[in-house]
Amino acid sequence: METKLKTIKKVKVDHDEHHDEHHDLGFIRKYIFSEDHKIIAKQFLITGIFWAVVGGLFSSLFRVQLGFPDLDLSFLSPIIGNWLTPQGKIDAEVYLALITMHGTIMVFFVLTAGLSGTFSNFLIPLQVGARDMASGFLNMLSYWFFFLSSIVMFISIFVEGGPASGGWTIYPPLSALPQAVSGSGLGMTFWLISMALFIVSALLGALNYITTVINLRTEGMTFFRMPLTIWAFFVTAILGVLSFPVLLSAALLLIMDRSFGTSFYLSDIYIGGEALANEGGSAILFQHLFWFLGHPEVYIVILPALGIASEVIATCSRKPIFGYKFMVYSILAIGGLSFVVWAHHMFISGMNPFLGSVFTVLTLIIAVPSAIKAFNYIATLWRGNIIFTPAMLFSIGLVSTFISGGVTGIFLGNSALDINLHDTYFVVAHFHIVMGVSAFFGLFAGVYHWFPKMFGRMMNNGLGYIHFWITFIGSYLVFFPLHYIGMAGFPRRYYSFSTFQAGNIESFVDLNVFVSYAALITFGAQFILLFNFFYSMFRGKKATKNPWRSNTLEWTTPINPGHGNWVGAIPKVERWAYDYSKTGSKEDFIPQNIPYSRTPESNLPDDDQH
Amino acid sequence: MNIILFISAILFFLIVFQLFRSSELLAITDKEKKTSSFNDSLNNLNAIGGIIFLLSLIVGLFWYSIAEYDNYVLPIASEHGYVTERLFWVTTAVTAFVFIVTQIVMFYFAYKYKYNESRKAQFYPENLKLELIWTIIPAIVLTVLIGWGLIVWGEITGPPPEDPEVIEVVGYQFAWASRYPGKDNKLGSYNFKLIDVDNILGVDFTDSASFDDFMPREIHVPKGKPVLFKIRSRDVIHSVYMPYMRSQMNAVPGMPTQFWFVPTKTTEEIREETGNPDFNYEILCNKICGRAHFSMKHTVVVQEEYEYLEWKKSQKPWIERNPEYLSKIQEKNNFQKLSLRD
Repeated sequence: METKLKTIKKVKVDHDEHHDEHHDLGFIRKYIFSEDHKIIAKQFLITGIFWAVVGGLFSSLFRVQLGFPDLDLSFLSPIIGNWLTPQGKIDAEVYLALITMHGTIMVFFVLTAGLSGTFSNFLIPLQVGARDMASGFLNMLSYWFFFLSSIVMFISIFVEGGPASGGWTIYPPLSALPQAVSGSGLGMTFWLISMALFIVSALLGALNYITTVINLRTEGMTFFRMPLTIWAFFVTAILGVLSFPVLLSAALLLIMDRSFGTSFYLSDIYIGGEALANEGGSAILFQHLFWFLGHPEVYIVILPALGIASEVIATCSRKPIFGYKFMVYSILAIGGLSFVVWAHHMFISGMNPFLGSVFTVLTLIIAVPSAIKAFNYIATLWRGNIIFTPAMLFSIGLVSTFISGGVTGIFLGNSALDINLHDTYFVVAHFHIVMGVSAFFGLFAGVYHWFPKMFGRMMNNGLGYIHFWITFIGSYLVFFPLHYIGMAGFPRRYYSFSTFQAGNIESFVDLNVFVSYAALITFGAQFILLFNFFYSMFRGKKATKNPWRSNTLEWTTPINPGHGNWVGAIPKVERWAYDYSKTGSKEDFIPQNIPYSRTPESNLPDDDQH
Repeated sequence: MNIILFISAILFFLIVFQLFRSSELLAITDKEKKTSSFNDSLNNLNAIGGIIFLLSLIVGLFWYSIAEYDNYVLPIASEHGYVTERLFWVTTAVTAFVFIVTQIVMFYFAYKYKYNESRKAQFYPENLKLELIWTIIPAIVLTVLIGWGLIVWGEITGPPPEDPEVIEVVGYQFAWASRYPGKDNKLGSYNFKLIDVDNILGVDFTDSASFDDFMPREIHVPKGKPVLFKIRSRDVIHSVYMPYMRSQMNAVPGMPTQFWFVPTKTTEEIREETGNPDFNYEILCNKICGRAHFSMKHTVVVQEEYEYLEWKKSQKPWIERNPEYLSKIQEKNNFQKLSLRD
């Protein structure tokens, strides 16, 4: 511990005294094996964008299959040749591989690494007032483990037998037995290796975030003066540290079952014309272990998005976030409760029904802090002076989808209702809206809002608006109809509904076509963002120092901050982050580093105690 | 059709590109004016966009929900289905109310408090009373929904009433099979090691309770009587899903599960109700299980009790229909006995 503190101090001293030396770093140390949190954040962002495009392409492919099952895709055969049947349709097992990889990529590689990795890295040191992360080296390792993991996962798409295809939840025995589905062969091995590397990356990152928030806050930055973004990243990191190791153990046991003949999850199996020797294992054990990570993972995905929305909504409403303390307590409550709700994914798995009752109660309790957050966002808008930047639009969109996806959780969390809705399209609608779309909106809001700080240039607002409206309307059109399809009893992960007779199948044929069009258009609209992103990086309008007139510390750094972030001393924090439109103040914002002594006209009686 | 789509896509991107060009030019003039890049009319446009979105959302929601009601709400065919359905619609009413009110309030605020240079936002950081109100009210509403749900859940998953019709349902890649206990009302024991091409359920025919067990092509159940499915799987996890019965339970290898329900409508009756003369109740597999997951289903016939009893009587025990299997077992047993004697 003592040595650790020493190194931290040493790093600080280094930054303060030898600041100029950083410019001598070669290209490789500066941009590739960089220890600068800002560069690492950009690396996570770019890799996340790559994966988002892959994940989106996969979903487009299976939406084509669901919407237009008779379409001849032979024209795609130069690209995806062996994924097609001789009739030019997507193969049934390839379909399963596509949904599996779509889920894995989106949940882990985009919305965990791409979102948390980017913004925790970028904002934690800048907003708490630190020169860099507690350990720049571990932070660099975190990215490169993620990179390795990405490479392994990418290779797995091309291996013999295809990528993993047991669903992103990889329930054994399906994922354990290559006889059961071809994706459970080499593809699954690569999946497990990739996820093991990913977990190492997530842990290195999360430990760094936690340490930095606890130890490296600048003078005056008490916990209750931290912006809500930092609270969200902080709790997210804690969730990651506590839950990812459990996934690692689940994966290790699965590796043992697959390769070394153990029976952790396998028992009483007759497959491929023979009875397997495995006895005494429990398939349910895997589900418990998986969801012990899997459910906190949902909050690992959504909390950073909510944190970003808090910051953007306050800034662009020119108002303090409503109920700051309640927002913090909600984040803490959600974080704590997220560890005791996992089995609501397993109501009909065959586990004891009494356990189902317990988890129903715990699950619906978590709806309360979530509701508080939504109400507080809306109250923040009240009597604000709202500037609709693209980031603000996406934050409002996030609140909208967080509510519409959240309320359907009240159905699914109630075990009695889950019996009929479990694993139907209702579930698909629910989690895509509340965690997929909302988290993506948080990611978009973050990109639009902090782009000037990342690249010193502004993104184009007009393109941002077009991107927002197509994406926002499109997301509702894609995912809202799925509720109805689910209520009509359509199971998820079905390659085709041609043999299906539940409900009036014809009307849902039309609806599926509609959803597929909406999905393809919404996916297409994301290229507007990509163009805007890369174009603005080089040709965008030069940013000013504080373009959104925001209070947080990152806007006190130079327009293009170097390694070490601030030239000279780190600013001292004098107040909380939300003094917007304070009564009596001439400007409608007072940055965190302005002391009360300079704002006598707007000080409140108890201000110095904050 | 395709050409029209293609052309409209191109036109769309041309429009986007033009907008982009013009906004770039605007940005340059902005710089000369040295104001921030804030554009008042665009800001209003976005606020109005929110209102238009809100109205379309609400209209679309109600229009589709009402117009398509008969398509997405399946007829209910089990006793507990009526109970869960009521809970479902009460939950829907509550959540739809919350959903619509919050969306209206949010987009209305966003519109009403859009930027105005002459105004300043109100510094209003907290209100403990409000926070408590929207903590406690959701908590109370949720408690009611949970309490109700738990009672229903307890009844559904509790022990079945006395004397249910016990039927074994077994999932395997990619089909379902069933086994009835026969005259003795006892299912014979089984062991996965006994499974082979003939004895696909691995029934242990050294157990005398197995002798009268029969395995029909379709599952038949009586209307108005509790039916208990004893569920297991041979290979990977499957799920017994019957949307009309509002019933579902996973089939797990190595861990038998069960689910009971009371059918309320015969196949004949539901055919009339749906207006589809070819309609059949089906067990759908609802847990991803491999290549043919999507086509793994099994017909369930619901009959009046007397029809059901007749049908049951007409079924021959499996072992009677497969005498050669019996002789094989006997040979094997004799062989074992002989070898033991040696």
